[in-house]
Amino acid sequence: MIEKALRGSAKYWLWVCFLLSWVLIGFICYLYQLKVGLGITGMSRDVSWGFYIANFTFLVGVAASAVMVVLPYYWHNYKEFGKITILGEFLAVASVAMCVLFILVDLGQPMRVFNVLRYPTLNSIMFYDVVVLNGYLLLNLLCGWTVLHAEYKGTKYPSWLKPFIYLAIVWAPSIHIVTAFLYQGLPGRHFWLTAIMAPRFLASAFSSGPALIIILALLLKKVANFDAGKKAIETLSKIVTYAFIVNVLFFLFEVFTAFYSGIPGHKAPIQYLFAGLHGHAEWVPTMWLSYILAAIAIILLVVPSTRKNETTLAIACIAVFLSCWIDKGIGLITGGYTPTPFETITPYRPTLPEIGITLGVWAVGFLILTILYKIALGVKESHELVVKMKEEV
Amino acid sequence: MEIKRRDFLKILGLGLVGSITSANFLFRREVKAQSYIAPPEALKAKRWGMVIDIKKCVNAQPDCKLKCVEVCHKLHNVPSIPDKKKEIKWIWEDEYEHVFPEQPNEFVAKIYAHKPFILLCNQCANPPCVRVCPTQATFKREDGIVMMDYHRCIGCRFCMAACPFGARSFNWVDPRPYLAKVNPEYPTRTKGVVEKCTFCYERLAVGKIPACVESCPDKALIFGDLEDEHSEISKILKERFSIRRKAELGTDPSVFYLI
Repeated sequence: MIEKALRGSAKYWLWVCFLLSWVLIGFICYLYQLKVGLGITGMSRDVSWGFYIANFTFLVGVAASAVMVVLPYYWHNYKEFGKITILGEFLAVASVAMCVLFILVDLGQPMRVFNVLRYPTLNSIMFYDVVVLNGYLLLNLLCGWTVLHAEYKGTKYPSWLKPFIYLAIVWAPSIHIVTAFLYQGLPGRHFWLTAIMAPRFLASAFSSGPALIIILALLLKKVANFDAGKKAIETLSKIVTYAFIVNVLFFLFEVFTAFYSGIPGHKAPIQYLFAGLHGHAEWVPTMWLSYILAAIAIILLVVPSTRKNETTLAIACIAVFLSCWIDKGIGLITGGYTPTPFETITPYRPTLPEIGITLGVWAVGFLILTILYKIALGVKESHELVVKMKEEV
Repeated sequence: MEIKRRDFLKILGLGLVGSITSANFLFRREVKAQSYIAPPEALKAKRWGMVIDIKKCVNAQPDCKLKCVEVCHKLHNVPSIPDKKKEIKWIWEDEYEHVFPEQPNEFVAKIYAHKPFILLCNQCANPPCVRVCPTQATFKREDGIVMMDYHRCIGCRFCMAACPFGARSFNWVDPRPYLAKVNPEYPTRTKGVVEKCTFCYERLAVGKIPACVESCPDKALIFGDLEDEHSEISKILKERFSIRRKAELGTDPSVFYLI
C-alpha cells in the first residue's frame, strides 16, 4: 500500500517538502538543545515544565479523535462513519507519535529514556502513561492498517481483528485519565489538585479531536476530492457541540469552587491567568482569547443553521481547536506552576529555539498524517474505481 | 500446506526477534547487587532529622553571612549560576512569608516579618518526589534520607512538579563552567539531571555530621535521630514549640523550625 504515498501531484510534493523543511528546522534546534541543554528554553527552576509538556497534554486529547468515530461505527453499527473511521484512527496515530516525541524532547537525558522500562516503577504515573500511550499507538496502527489493507485487497477485515478494535475503544479513555493523573495527584499544586481534572481532560479531548477531524474532512473535500458524507459531518459536529459545552462548564465549576470558597491558594492561579497577580499578567490576553474563541464556537455550534453550514462549521471547529490548545496547553501548565511553592511568580515565555523544536514535532506529526491519509485515500479511490468498473461490466 | 516465501520470511523474522529478546532476558550479564555495608565509624539513625532554631539563626545572620550555604555549596560542587531562573541551590534563605505561605498573617511578629529563614530539602518521610519518579532515580534510604542517583535520572522533572517545597534544582546547562573550584571529593553533575540536598550522606558514612550543621557558628542547626528518644534533637522537640513547612500536605517533613 505504501506505493500510494509515493505517487502524487506537484501540490502533494510541495506540501511534503514544506513539512520536511519545518522538520529540518526543528531538528537543527534540537541538536542545539542536545548540545547546550534544556537551558535554551524558557523553562526555569520554578516553571520546570513548559511548551513541550503543554503540547503533549493537548495532543493526548486530540488522539481521542479515533474513539469518537470508531465507537459509533463498530459498537452501534453507525454506518455513516464508515468512511471516516480511518481518518480518526490515523489522526490518533499521528497525535500519539507527536506525544511521544514531545516527551522525548523534554527529557534532560534523552539517551536514558529506556530507564523507564529497565526499572519499571509501579508507583509512578509516568510509567502507566508510557504503557497506555504506546499501547494506544500500536492498537490504532494495527486496526487502521489492517482494515485498510483488507479494503486494498477487496476483502473484509480478518475476524481476529475484532477483539483489538473493541480493546482500542475501551483503551481510549485510559490515555486521558492517566495523563490527567500525572497532574491531579501532586500535593501542593493547587491548580492541578482537583478531581475534575480527568473528566475535564475527557471533555476537552472529545471536543478537540473530532473538531480536527471535521476540519481535515472539509479540507480533504477541497484538495483531495474525498467526501466524508454530509451525515457523518453532522453527527460529528453534534458530538463536538456537547463535549465542548461540558468542557467549558467544567472550567466554570472550578471557578465557582475557587472563588466561593475564597481559599487563596485555589484562587491564585486563576487570578494570575485571567487578571494578573502581583503585577504579573503575561498570559492574560492569551487566556481571554481562549474563552472568547470558546464563546464564538459555542454560538456557532448551538445554532443549527450555522452548525450545518460548512463554512461556519469550519470556523467553529478551528475556534474549538485553538481554544482547547490555549486552555489545556498554556493555561494548564503555567497555571499549575504559578504561583510557585513560595507564593512568588516566575514568568514563563517559550524561547525561539523552543518554538522551533515544537513546530518541528508538529511537522513530523503532520507528515505522518499526510502520508497515512494519502495511502488511505488512494486505497479508497482505487476501490471505488474497481466497484464502478464491475458495475459497468 | 504450502508455505509462501512471504510467510516464511515473516516467521523467520519473528523467530529471530523472539529468540534474541528471550536470550537477552535469560542471560542478563549482570552481577547481583550487594547491599551496602556501612563502615564502623559511620553515623547511623532510624530517621535523620534537623531542627533550625529560628531566633538564633535570624539574630546571627548579620555576622555569620550564611556560612552554612557557602560551605555546603562549595563542598558539593553546587555551581553559582547568575541567572536566577536556572540557578541550583541545596540550602538557601528566603523570607518568612515565602517559607510559610500557608500561615498568612498581617500582624506577624516583628522578629519574623520579612526575615530570612534557612531552607533545604525536608527529607520527607512520605516523599511525593519518590512516589512519582519513573526510574527510582530518587529513592528513600532506610535512615530516612531522600537520595538522588544522578546516573539513572532521565531529567523528566516530574519530581520537581511533585515537590511542594521547591527543594529540587535541575541542571538546565552544564554546571561545571560555573564552579569556581572543584572539590575532587564529591562528584560534579552533568546537564539534564535533577539534584538536591541529601543530608550529607557521604559525610555520615565517615562519621561526620552534615556540613551546614558543623559550620554554623551559633549552633542554630541541630541534627540527629528523630526516632531516638535520647537524642538532642528529640529532647529539644519535646521541650519547645516547632513548626514544619506545609505539614497539612501529609509529606511528613523531617526538618523542624523552632519558634
